[in-house]
Amino acid sequence: MISRRDFLQVSMAASALYGASGFGQWGRLAAQQKLTQDQLLDFDTFGNVSLIHITDIHAQLKPIYFREPEINLGVGPNKGEVPHVTGADFRRLYGIDDGSPSHYALTYNDFTALAREYGRVGGLDRVATVINAIRADRPDALLLDGGDTWHGSYTCYKTEGQDMVNVMNALKPDAMTFHWEFTLGQDRVRDIVADLPFAALGQNIFDKMWDEPAAEFPPYKFFERGGTKIAVIGQAFPYMPIANPGWMFPDYSFGIRDENMQAIVDEVRSKGAELVVCLSHNGFDVDKKMAGIVSGIDVILSGHTHDALPEPVLVGDTIIVASGSNGKFVSRVDLDVRDGQMMGFRHKLIPIFSDVIEPDKDVTAVIDAQRAPFKAELEEVIGKTDSLLYRRGNFNGTWDDLICDALISEREADIAMSPGVRWGPSILPGQDITREDIFNVTSMTYGKAYRTEMTGEFIKVVLEDVGDNLFNPDPYYQQGGDMVRVGGLGYRIDISKKQGERISDLTLLSTGEQIDPSKNYVVAGWASVNEGTEGPQIWDVVESHIRKQGTVSVAPNDSVKVSGT
Amino acid sequence: MEFSRRDTLALGLGAAAMTVLPFRVNAASDDAITAFTGGADVTEGGVDLTAPEIAENGNTVPISVGAEGASAIMVLAMGNPTPGVATFNFGELAGSQTASTRIRLAGTQEVVAIAKMADGSFARASSEVKVTIGGCGG
Repeated sequence: MISRRDFLQVSMAASALYGASGFGQWGRLAAQQKLTQDQLLDFDTFGNVSLIHITDIHAQLKPIYFREPEINLGVGPNKGEVPHVTGADFRRLYGIDDGSPSHYALTYNDFTALAREYGRVGGLDRVATVINAIRADRPDALLLDGGDTWHGSYTCYKTEGQDMVNVMNALKPDAMTFHWEFTLGQDRVRDIVADLPFAALGQNIFDKMWDEPAAEFPPYKFFERGGTKIAVIGQAFPYMPIANPGWMFPDYSFGIRDENMQAIVDEVRSKGAELVVCLSHNGFDVDKKMAGIVSGIDVILSGHTHDALPEPVLVGDTIIVASGSNGKFVSRVDLDVRDGQMMGFRHKLIPIFSDVIEPDKDVTAVIDAQRAPFKAELEEVIGKTDSLLYRRGNFNGTWDDLICDALISEREADIAMSPGVRWGPSILPGQDITREDIFNVTSMTYGKAYRTEMTGEFIKVVLEDVGDNLFNPDPYYQQGGDMVRVGGLGYRIDISKKQGERISDLTLLSTGEQIDPSKNYVVAGWASVNEGTEGPQIWDVVESHIRKQGTVSVAPNDSVKVSGT
Repeated sequence: MEFSRRDTLALGLGAAAMTVLPFRVNAASDDAITAFTGGADVTEGGVDLTAPEIAENGNTVPISVGAEGASAIMVLAMGNPTPGVATFNFGELAGSQTASTRIRLAGTQEVVAIAKMADGSFARASSEVKVTIGGCGG
């Protein structure tokens, strides 16, 4: 942990934290500065409208470490395009100095060393300070939550999302949209939404039986801010019943529904909207494609794929803003709207350095109140790690390797499968692993660890299917997760091929033998979308494994060979 | 290793999943198109076909078709063992030439709508609908 005083000694490129009206690299704004709260918040208020975007918090109330991906491959038209740029290439693209705070916040290299220097990120009491500062500049700024808020922690699981609802209500959002929220079950979601003091939006949330817009989730809401009529349109995650268990919310249907999006944009424009904002949980590449098909959207606030971009991406006249995940970033977008037109913008992706930004005391108190009943369970130390534990990346992360090891040993399996979700904070080498840490990477309402037999042929079908959800060159056929993680199994993947042809050389690592298509293998996994899945909860499996290890150590994993990039 | 009853309940996982790879176009679909058009040329465009990119449930996929001024619209699921889904006929008094229904898809495949226009010409639209195991949302 570093002191606030130490932080003042850290120099950074201010350019990497500034947006501007117009595009280009921020390097031209470069100036060496010390990192302070004032500088993180510094913003030359612009135009007449301010938007504040936060998304994919995954119930992270407290500061955490979060390592950005090393592997994030784009395919088709998005090959090599942001957000599919990582590491040093990302820093060069945005003019970020090596070793700078932005290096730490936005890229993966030297993560452990930089994490020790710069400390944890996020914490909703720090986020509250940033929001309050923006509201001090612009009292009527709109705060928009992109969803994946009521999921992802011990307290969120135990309270069925109530902890997050209570804390977010203290931040006073103006609207939100949804994804993992629905895995609380449709009855719970309806109960919460009925009492929400802000708009719950989704133009693509339909009543399944009637194939009509669902009454509980209006498509849009109008706001009058800065003398401007603003329409905020919600876009929930399109593939909820496919990527998550549809049986938990059987009354609802989703989909991209871009033809309906166009109809809604036309409707709000005809009702006098001067600025149209889409609060989206599509994922970045889907938003980019949608921006090229639907005309009339000024700003897409993009969530789901957990990308953090220091500049908006422009598609036609639409700007797309990506604000990261796990409470690590807040985006501020100031807009100049005149005569019914967006004339310019100024943008800043604000990293929430938790040792630099003063927590808001009121919100700290609300957070502590949510956690107090569970304090002992949360803080119980289960073990320790010698390795950096992280998840994000297209293929295996060390957290997933550890979870797969736990599944193989605790469930006596040949092969383990772990879902390619993108949430879950990191743990530094030498850190204790608490029960809270385990829940942060496993918590869900369908976390039972199944044990089953699959033929070699079916294992390949699973990998091909998930691979196509990630590497189909048309973003509309992507679901926005990463590749299913595997333990005990090696394979090759050529991401440039078609479904059915990407995966080859499946190998059972314990014997070194090729997987036999007709032979049965015992597979342990978790997060099955099928109703009636049985087994112990995954967090109990992982806890038991870590307890037996005492100190865990995760060896480098090169069992997935990737080509066609 | 032995399976307990509890463990084996998870085996349902694979039930429909062997059918996720793209289905090839069934030869019967060409015959159905020829029967509908009488072998006339079919142009692209002029037909609205709305279908999900990824089916939430392959057993009941909502679709809608429309073509202004059409006298009939035929819908085909090109990869199904029986590709013919429906032909909607519109009389002169029809307020609009649109129809919605739900169809069953055996796997990832192309759904095609062919409209017979009032002047006897034919137009088509198609849409790829993916049927997937799913289960890995970020």
